[in-house]
Amino acid sequence: MAKINIKIEGIPYQVEAGQTILEAAKACGYEIPSLCTYNHGECNVGSCRVCLVEATGARGLVASCVYPVAEGMEIRIGSPAAVEARRHSVELLLSNHNKNCQQCEKNGHCELLYVAQLTGARDDAFAGAHSETYLDKVAPGLVRDTSKCILCGRCVERCKNAHGLGILGFENRGFNTIVSPAENRGFADSPCIQCGQCVNVCPTGALMEHSEIDKVDAAFKAGKHVIAQAAPAVRAALGEEFGYPIGTPVTGKMAAAMRRLGFERVYDVNFGADLTIMEEGTELLKRLTEGGVLPMITSCSPGWVNYAEYNYGDLLPHLSSCKSPHQMQGAIIKAWWAKQNNIDPKDVFVVSVMPCTAKKFEKEREQEKVDGIPDVDAVITTRELARMIKRSGMLFNRLPDEPWDQDIMGDYSGAGVIFGVTGGVMEAALRTVYFKLTGKEHDPIEFTAVRGHDAGIREASIDINGTVVNVAIASGMKSAKVLLDEIREGTSKYQFIEIMGCPGGCINGGGQPYVRPVFLPNEADDILDTYKEKRAQALYTEDERQVVRQSHNNPQIVELYEKFLGEPNGHLSHKLLHTSYAAREGFNAVK
Amino acid sequence: MGGLKAEAVAQIKEICGRYKDENTPLMMILSDIQNEYGYIPLEVQEIVSQETGISVAEIYGVVTFYSFFSLTPKGKYVIGCCLGTACYVKGAQNVIDKFSEILKIKPGETTADGMFTLDALRCIGACGIAPAVTINGTVYPKMSAGKVPEVVAHYVKEGATA
Amino acid sequence: MINTIDKLNENIAARTKDLQDKLSGADGKRHIVLCGGTGCLSNHSKEISEKFREVLADRGVADKVTVNLVGCFGFCSQGPFVKIYPEDTLYRLVKIEDVEEIVDTDICGGTVVDRLLYVEPATGEKVSKQDDINFYKKQRRVALHGCGVINPEDINEALGMGAFQGLKRALSMSRQEVIDEVLASGIRGRGGAGFPSGRKWQFAYNSQGDEKYVVCNGDEGDPGAFMDRSILEGNPLAVIEGMMIAGYAIGASNGYFYVRAEYPIAVNRLRIAIKQAKELGLLGENILGSGFSFDCHLRLGAGAFVCGEETALLNSIEGKRGMPRPRPPFPAVKGLWGKPTIINNVETLACVPYILREGAEKFASVGTEKSKGTKVFALGGKVNNVGLVEVPMGTTLRELIYDIGGGIPGGKKFKAIQTGGPSGGCLTEEFLDEPIDFDNLVAKGSMMGSGGAIVMDEDNCMVDVAKFYMEFICDESCGKCTPCRIGTKRMLEILTRITEGKGTMQDLEDLEDLSKTVKTNSLCALGQTASNPITSTLSHFRDEYIAHIVDKKCPAHVCKSMMQYVIDKEKCIGCGMCAKGCPAGCITRTDYIAPGHKLASFEIDAAKCVKCGACISTCKKDAIEKR
Ligand SMILES: Cc1cc2nc3c(=O)[nH]c(=O)nc-3n(C[C@H](O)[C@H](O)[C@H](O)COP(=O)(O)O)c2cc1C
Ligand code: SF4
Ligand code: SF4
Ligand code: SF4
Ligand code: SF4
Ligand code: SF4
Ligand code: SF4
Ligand code: SF4
Ligand code: SF4
Ligand code: FES
Ligand code: FES
Ligand code: FES
Repeated sequence: MAKINIKIEGIPYQVEAGQTILEAAKACGYEIPSLCTYNHGECNVGSCRVCLVEATGARGLVASCVYPVAEGMEIRIGSPAAVEARRHSVELLLSNHNKNCQQCEKNGHCELLYVAQLTGARDDAFAGAHSETYLDKVAPGLVRDTSKCILCGRCVERCKNAHGLGILGFENRGFNTIVSPAENRGFADSPCIQCGQCVNVCPTGALMEHSEIDKVDAAFKAGKHVIAQAAPAVRAALGEEFGYPIGTPVTGKMAAAMRRLGFERVYDVNFGADLTIMEEGTELLKRLTEGGVLPMITSCSPGWVNYAEYNYGDLLPHLSSCKSPHQMQGAIIKAWWAKQNNIDPKDVFVVSVMPCTAKKFEKEREQEKVDGIPDVDAVITTRELARMIKRSGMLFNRLPDEPWDQDIMGDYSGAGVIFGVTGGVMEAALRTVYFKLTGKEHDPIEFTAVRGHDAGIREASIDINGTVVNVAIASGMKSAKVLLDEIREGTSKYQFIEIMGCPGGCINGGGQPYVRPVFLPNEADDILDTYKEKRAQALYTEDERQVVRQSHNNPQIVELYEKFLGEPNGHLSHKLLHTSYAAREGFNAVK
Repeated sequence: MGGLKAEAVAQIKEICGRYKDENTPLMMILSDIQNEYGYIPLEVQEIVSQETGISVAEIYGVVTFYSFFSLTPKGKYVIGCCLGTACYVKGAQNVIDKFSEILKIKPGETTADGMFTLDALRCIGACGIAPAVTINGTVYPKMSAGKVPEVVAHYVKEGATA
Repeated sequence: MINTIDKLNENIAARTKDLQDKLSGADGKRHIVLCGGTGCLSNHSKEISEKFREVLADRGVADKVTVNLVGCFGFCSQGPFVKIYPEDTLYRLVKIEDVEEIVDTDICGGTVVDRLLYVEPATGEKVSKQDDINFYKKQRRVALHGCGVINPEDINEALGMGAFQGLKRALSMSRQEVIDEVLASGIRGRGGAGFPSGRKWQFAYNSQGDEKYVVCNGDEGDPGAFMDRSILEGNPLAVIEGMMIAGYAIGASNGYFYVRAEYPIAVNRLRIAIKQAKELGLLGENILGSGFSFDCHLRLGAGAFVCGEETALLNSIEGKRGMPRPRPPFPAVKGLWGKPTIINNVETLACVPYILREGAEKFASVGTEKSKGTKVFALGGKVNNVGLVEVPMGTTLRELIYDIGGGIPGGKKFKAIQTGGPSGGCLTEEFLDEPIDFDNLVAKGSMMGSGGAIVMDEDNCMVDVAKFYMEFICDESCGKCTPCRIGTKRMLEILTRITEGKGTMQDLEDLEDLSKTVKTNSLCALGQTASNPITSTLSHFRDEYIAHIVDKKCPAHVCKSMMQYVIDKEKCIGCGMCAKGCPAGCITRTDYIAPGHKLASFEIDAAKCVKCGACISTCKKDAIEKR
């Protein structure tokens, strides 16, 4: 890139041509307050007017997030006019905002509150009537509260970019504008897959996960046997809430913290992941050898399952009938752990700690109950777990590393760990399928061809004893659609496909800690480009450190089948560990 | 797609089909639907979404952005009172207030019997004959509050006989 | 098919002769033309034209007289107009009942129907020819060329009126030469911003792109302005030709008309004109054998003022919400579908054929130093002659309001003229002798805008006017950016408070603060200019604001909550007419009989009165007044 000369506050700098003033200033060591812009122009519409600066060559003030630098440009960020203008923009936003920061779960990560403090917004400047507001708390996964929406449009872009879905859009105009699913419907009444990607980018409390901390508290109060299980991706990100660099795995401290929160048992869902591989691997082998619907598609991401049910009802037979790992594990806890401990399953309360908002929805599905008892009773996100830890007074950083509870489902393999990243389920399955078909472990253990950490499609052909298995991996519904349309058109060349709802998989789930560069002064400037890779690496590292790295070699899994389940895909498995799907109507429903 | 009749679905699809060769024809499609179907409810938007691949939320956003598009059916007679500057300074507010008073509806609303919709318009380019009122395309020049009862009576009568 | 220059020349020659013959009577016929503009159509000019045909047939002269509808005469408040060639007699305010008389007396009898002639309000003189009417005397028709003369649905008449001569010349020049010609004319955009059109074209010409577009902005959202409508209704081919010339200059082969859906007649005539031009081969592939190909498309707006803003307009064509885009990139670099695009106003494009046909020099020979040519104004409000006028830039406001507009009706006092619509400002008496041009209006605190000019008299409350504009802006704000979305609402809230008698002096400071913020912080020109009506009324009529706030009085008796209807008991003759019509039933008889009257007078119960104003217009004795 060509360099050009600019001046900021009179000091000369060389910056890259083509950058916006905001980017260029950042490179020179200035953080201009900004709000609506996000992620290198993923959302860049210049709407909030918080980032105004003076720049020569322009009439008046310019929005630095969209205005490009030019040779010889002189920029003033701190001029009285610019400072005042930025403050006024924020004050106007606040004059139409529900300012209950103390109760707001975004507090601490709220970019509006941050710029309000940064710009010195005055109390009640420009006070006046508020727009009509809407609160949607019906969907299990998400809450939308327009009283806190600043109409930045980040969520709209994210839903489109991640999934091509466009569930959210602008509605009405002027002072009455809102961002919502069509017809101002609730998420539950729209084909939203509840992945929470939009929550991750929302700068304010307008989009949040639907918190279930209260439910957990109530279960404790009621004296239930409250069992917690945490998904693999959680360990790769939870530390961020406590100041660890992105990509620091905190498995031991997490187990210690959960134990101290009072959970009767703390388990790793990796056990469930191993179980899933046993079931899903067997199902795949059956489909391959006995003739079943192919390609088979993984089903452990409820975001993806929702998408399939809304948009590809005709392809549902392609989905593996396996429940997702935490549902399997929940079912086993209630059926097997409860039995072993002589507890009525109705008195057991299973809490899943998930990187995911869609899991909150998944656990409510009728198909995820055994004899009317739900496998899982509450799902809290990584962020909610952090909140619980913080309120309990623990200093997370000072906690010892502790193991998970070891009874019955304490062991897990490295294969289970990598479920948290796109390609992980595929790799885990291949490790086991390879063994089942050949009687040998694959050497090396890894199938690196299927690895990645981003959206997009990857594919590989695995030669297993002369049988070539073609596989593909997609995350984010935009990529998934490509593979699905191929199946629909009959041109798919794959036997096995992994699809994850979120771009990059669960490490980038809708319940993971917010990655907000302004609140991460110690991370590199390009953190939004690298956080997924860093989190993924945390999981791959844990896999490498594991002694057992294939699901079928997890001794407790072997024991579970011997003592309880019988064989994979057997009768009891079907009752406890498998599920079914049903096409659902929604906007854009494909008939 | 519960409420829509088969012929309505066919009509909407036909309208979408008219612009197959046009770049980004959403506005044209919606205009035609508004004109021919009378309004653009969500069910109709869903069909447009399927035919064009544009998400329903985006279509809904467009429909609610432009004041010409309506989510609910309009009355048999759509009374548009210009409240543009030229008309306003000549007393257009009194004219629309009078319509409001007689029809017992606010601007933007439709009478319960589905006969009249009252709309406030922003200049229809007939400023030379301000204040201007249009009723189903017929322009009434130099209106005054005093003329309103007579005009309403005319349409009440016409509506009753038709 | 007119597919060579030679054929075009032949055609032009023949059609020009046809038209000349018609106007001069050389064809041995009489020609009746009626105004077919929106205003006159609403006054039944179409029915009148049919009646003419009927009566002419009845009198057996149908083959010697033609009847045609043409575009707006500009003098809409006096419509419908009937003009008779070759005598050039102009009748105004014609009714269906007048048709027989016109046919019998004028067409058959050769005598002018006196009572239908225009009467000059100042002198009481009757005038029979259009050009002798004061309203028309100072006008010069460049953009309105052909409007009100030719049949807009007949391409042949347009050809007779000079159509395609500009394009013909352009095609004989290099693209850069065409741009240079437009630059030399000094023409600045008529849509509002006054940006030099030649420079805009040059940017687009310089931009790289496999495809480029010309867009004609016919959204005309400024309430009170209707010149674009009239041009499209009166001579659509001029705009098409202007667009083609622009397309040739920048290297575009497709043009889009974006026209308000509120203008059905304009849309229809544009459609017809495009169709006729295509049929003749004047639009399409390899026009006039020049190798230049161009096609025109039509897109309709759907009721959003902001879509007049060029980037919002592009979004609208692209099927999106009409929310403006940040600039840069400018449309000339990245416009419609990401391609280099120029957006020009209807009136601007209508001037382009003139510039190419007559030469830049001739165009630039009128006007002021920095504002060349003529400008069409939509003169409205409290002025005698309401209508469209095209005058040289530099004409003074006084000439516009008094000489052309005929002054303020009812002997009322002039208060202000609002130019530039909701983005503009008001100018008071002290500015009446200011010449109108782009820069001077801005310097005086208003702007040209699209040419709306609304005259206000002593009966208009300036706070109410400011509130009116703010209501408009608030309704029409797209809602994208914070300052405009929320700031305009806040300003409206304050103005509403003031007009309801609940304002405070602090409100004035807040208004000023907000005005400044919304101006500097907004994304597009809608917000950037939204506070102009407030700023300008605050600076010229601060005392009116203070009267509302401190004295709780609306000096013009407009703001209802501060005004009362009162019966002057001395004047009231006790007829009771007002009481009959009062919807609130708040007018009752008193015991008091004024000296000289037989019946007791009435009085109004102020507490019950809903201030509908019905009584005041009923009273024949002027006994009711506003206080
Ligand atoms: C809110 C807003 C409304 C506008 N409305 C119109 C309009 O109705 N017609 C128009 O020609 N220009 C309108 N403009 C100006 C256009 O953005 C643009 O400057 C113009 O079309 C360019 O053409 P010109 O250079 O020929 O004037 C509007 C601008 C703004 C900010
Ligand atoms: S969104 Fe931010 S500013 Fe708004 S209430 Fe929550 S923390 Fe406070
Ligand atoms: S920051 Fe101030 S307002 Fe907020 S909770 Fe603390 S004391 Fe209250
Ligand atoms: S949860 Fe996912 S699908 Fe639903 S609106 Fe948000 S991003 Fe879109
Ligand atoms: S919901 Fe959040 S992300 Fe979406 S527009 Fe509102 S503030 Fe922005
Ligand atoms: S990818 Fe993971 S976080 Fe995202 S929806 Fe699926 S399960 Fe949830
Ligand atoms: S200034 Fe107003 S109209 Fe323009 S972008 Fe902002 S909100 Fe929209
Ligand atoms: S203004 Fe209306 S309500 Fe008041 S007295 Fe007159 S007629 Fe009655
Ligand atoms: S109409 Fe006039 S004169 Fe008659 S009662 Fe009323 S106020 Fe008196
Ligand atoms: S951050 Fe630049 S306008 Fe919002
Ligand atoms: S202002 Fe009413 S028609 Fe123009
Ligand atoms: S419409 Fe007839 S003179 Fe304008």
